[in-house]
Amino acid sequence: MATTTIQEHGVATQHTEAGHHHHEETFFTKYVFSTDHKMIAKQFLITGMVWAFIGGLFSVVFRVQLAWPDETFPMLEVLFSNWFDEGRLAPEAYYALVTMHGTIMVFFVLTAALSGTFANMLIPYQIGARDMASPIMNAMSYWLFFLSSMIMLASVFLPTGMASGGWTIYPPLSALPQASPGSGMGMTLWLASMAIFIASTLLGGINYISTVLNLRTKGMTMFRMPLTVWALFFTAIIGLLSFPVLLSAAVLLIFDRHLGTSFFLSDIYIGGQALDYSGGSAILFQHLFWFLGHPEVYIVILPAMGMVSEILAVNSRKPIFGYKAMIFSILGITVLGFIVWAHHMFMTGLNPFLGSVFVLFTLLIAVPSAVKVFNWLTTIWRGNIRLTPASLFALGFVSVFISGGVTGIWLGNATIDIQLHDTYFVVAHFHIVMGIAAFFGMFAGVYHWYPKMYGRFMNENLAYIHFFVTFIGSYLIFWPMHYLGMSGVPRRYYSFNEFKAFSEYNDMNVLITIAAIVVFFVQLVFVINFFYSIFKGRKVTDPNPWKANTLEWTTPINPGHGNWPGELPVVHRWPYDYSKFEDGPDYIMQTEPMTEQEKQMELNQKH
Amino acid sequence: MQIFLILLAIVLVLVVILQVGKAVELISVMKTEDEYREESSESNGLWFILTGIFLLIFVVATAYTSYDKFLPVPASEHGVWIESLINVTLFFTGTVFLATNFLLFYFSWKYRYKRDRKAYYFPDNNKLELAWTVVPAIVLTVLVAMGIDKWFKIFADAPEDAIKIEATAKQFGWYIRYPGIDNELGPRDFTLTNAENELGINWNKTSSQDDFLADEIVIPVNTPILVNIAALDVIHNFYLPEFRLMMDAVPGVTTKFWFRPTITTAEMREIKGDAEFDYELACNQLCGSGHWNMKKTVRVVTEPEYRAWAAEQKSYYEQFVKKADEAPEAVAEKADAAAELLSDKK
Repeated sequence: MATTTIQEHGVATQHTEAGHHHHEETFFTKYVFSTDHKMIAKQFLITGMVWAFIGGLFSVVFRVQLAWPDETFPMLEVLFSNWFDEGRLAPEAYYALVTMHGTIMVFFVLTAALSGTFANMLIPYQIGARDMASPIMNAMSYWLFFLSSMIMLASVFLPTGMASGGWTIYPPLSALPQASPGSGMGMTLWLASMAIFIASTLLGGINYISTVLNLRTKGMTMFRMPLTVWALFFTAIIGLLSFPVLLSAAVLLIFDRHLGTSFFLSDIYIGGQALDYSGGSAILFQHLFWFLGHPEVYIVILPAMGMVSEILAVNSRKPIFGYKAMIFSILGITVLGFIVWAHHMFMTGLNPFLGSVFVLFTLLIAVPSAVKVFNWLTTIWRGNIRLTPASLFALGFVSVFISGGVTGIWLGNATIDIQLHDTYFVVAHFHIVMGIAAFFGMFAGVYHWYPKMYGRFMNENLAYIHFFVTFIGSYLIFWPMHYLGMSGVPRRYYSFNEFKAFSEYNDMNVLITIAAIVVFFVQLVFVINFFYSIFKGRKVTDPNPWKANTLEWTTPINPGHGNWPGELPVVHRWPYDYSKFEDGPDYIMQTEPMTEQEKQMELNQKH
Repeated sequence: MQIFLILLAIVLVLVVILQVGKAVELISVMKTEDEYREESSESNGLWFILTGIFLLIFVVATAYTSYDKFLPVPASEHGVWIESLINVTLFFTGTVFLATNFLLFYFSWKYRYKRDRKAYYFPDNNKLELAWTVVPAIVLTVLVAMGIDKWFKIFADAPEDAIKIEATAKQFGWYIRYPGIDNELGPRDFTLTNAENELGINWNKTSSQDDFLADEIVIPVNTPILVNIAALDVIHNFYLPEFRLMMDAVPGVTTKFWFRPTITTAEMREIKGDAEFDYELACNQLCGSGHWNMKKTVRVVTEPEYRAWAAEQKSYYEQFVKKADEAPEAVAEKADAAAELLSDKK
């Protein structure tokens, strides 16, 4: 009886739901092994939130060590008994926490969760597609990510400890178990996890690219795509070209570790023994690593840039300024991003001529970045800015992107890098420009598209608390680090007490740690708001709550698999016609046909 | 129990925040969407610009008051060049930082949402966009040119008369080797490396036989010093912050850095007003759990002081290797001496 009803229902909806079939969805097919891009996006987001919590918690633990190196913390020892020795964090555990904090944040949160969430959710929605080009591959991408997460998580509980050679895992340190306990099983799991992670990223990336190229709805030309889609498209291209190189580095390192090859090892004397590796180059690994590692920072920041562009335009009720310049600056960043990697290696004994070439390209990349900043500023100029949680985070993004970006001009200049390389100045620079900025982009995206994800709003007042504390707190954490770095304090130090020059700034380390703890706990306000609002948030009543132009807001409030119940929408214009006319509403959706007056205006502009 | 109480307190605080958030929201939904948006933009705009003013004051004030403290006096010739390049870069980037951040906070507040206003439709302007592509490009070209010019000077070949020293890192310490009278470091060969001879020095060469190992780095002021940098086990980094000197130590490779120290330890003690001050060598590439504790004292002295010190040092070969070859019981003594050399004197 039940089956017939469902079949009838299926038949009845055939006509209206143009080619979209209703399946009998069980809990497993709907929430677990879903092939719906929206559900996969949520899976990535929530997995990413769990990882961000773990990564953030790790940083709080090692910040406590840096602020109070001489005190004991029996309370923390109860929580993390493996890593503490007589109430103090062990040096080996400190390095393991630093390593995992970097790995988790860069790869699992800001690559997988950021691209995974927003590329999955926004690409089909905003180009007018019912799903990804290959929904099965998309689900596989998530489940490989999940598998890689589980392997990495398992390494946290190893008695010998997690990988501890830094997130950049430079050999020989990472290759030789006798060099560090973390280079044993911990590093084996790290490499296994990362290899699977890369496979996941590639499956996702291929899908994003083919979806953008092939599944755009009628009228959605490339130059009518929102900047979010452009940014996610270029992000996927960067990932597809650079992640395989990291995979090759990881595989060669696995060979060196387990099969006795010498790709990265040569002339090593350790533990009273001369090892018989010969002919390899430790620096070769760094070239391979940073060939991904540098584009990786653009993989992290471009999606945030795309979302910020969209959110600023919607909430300023103004078109994004210089739409094409924004696209070409992303293109410029993408291309230049591939030829600047060795600026991470100025101090490795690199040929000085090669160094100078990388200085040139590195500083050049500031030009497209500057264009983007000026364009965002012009976008909000004379706008009518609704200061929603999303737009506050987007504005905060622009601020931190400027603050972290200008210091890139210091570090990219090899001569200055002699002084600042691997000091806290670098820590400040990349945390602000890629860590905080990308997180702000992600928060902006979550607050803005939450109504589309769950059909409810997040609580705005909690969001304001979240924003202002995080914004001020982030500056308080990372700004003083510039001063530490300029005075020469090196990063990755378990304690500064051994060096007179570095131990002078303990007060500053205490300030930084307190700010970090506050910022960490205020993120719980976000987490609670997020989960609480799924069930109890204010319901969305208008399918287009932000009065935006893009296609995702033409779907029903709670769209089913396939997104649009009827025909796919047809696009007639670019996505940024905000406040175009003196009278009438201040937005014109992409599905709105051009009026005669508008066609005339466009003709006049061409002449 | 203590943990439980603290967790409970955190949960309670969060519940309170949540309830306050809910209550305020209940009031807000009674207004129309536009009214609520205008009011919230009004207060958020004010908070945002106040935050911005606070941050910019915080940044400028801390930078101004701590500039001297946080940019220590460079103690080498090229350190002064780096400092001047930092000042030029600080001028340009500081201006951009202040101007753009100010505009961001100001615009966000000035153009906050008003129900009865409409935004200005301004999709693009080629002249503006050209301007802010070309101007940064010119500024950056200047910075690149200035930077590369100094970069090549710093990495030019060392002068002929440079004093050659060798720093070899291992987990977790440094071997410092001096060339002796001939100013020629004896050759190393990895195949000779063993527990007796960790550096793998070929003792059969005469250039090796006058080399001495020191437990601190002593260098004469105003003289070019060429440091050969090597590592035994993993990558380390030879880092002398006051001299603005940094170079990776990579197993299997010898890297080089030459510099001219300009301020002696005694002079620096006066500059800093700290009689205890010493230059310190640190490791600046994560090399394992003892990475943070690889100190070696560096003493910059006058030329005569240096000569006197060097003359006192005894050849490592004469002291240990030759003796060990003749009397096997001297081997243990040699191992002790090596362990002592690796650790810092102080």
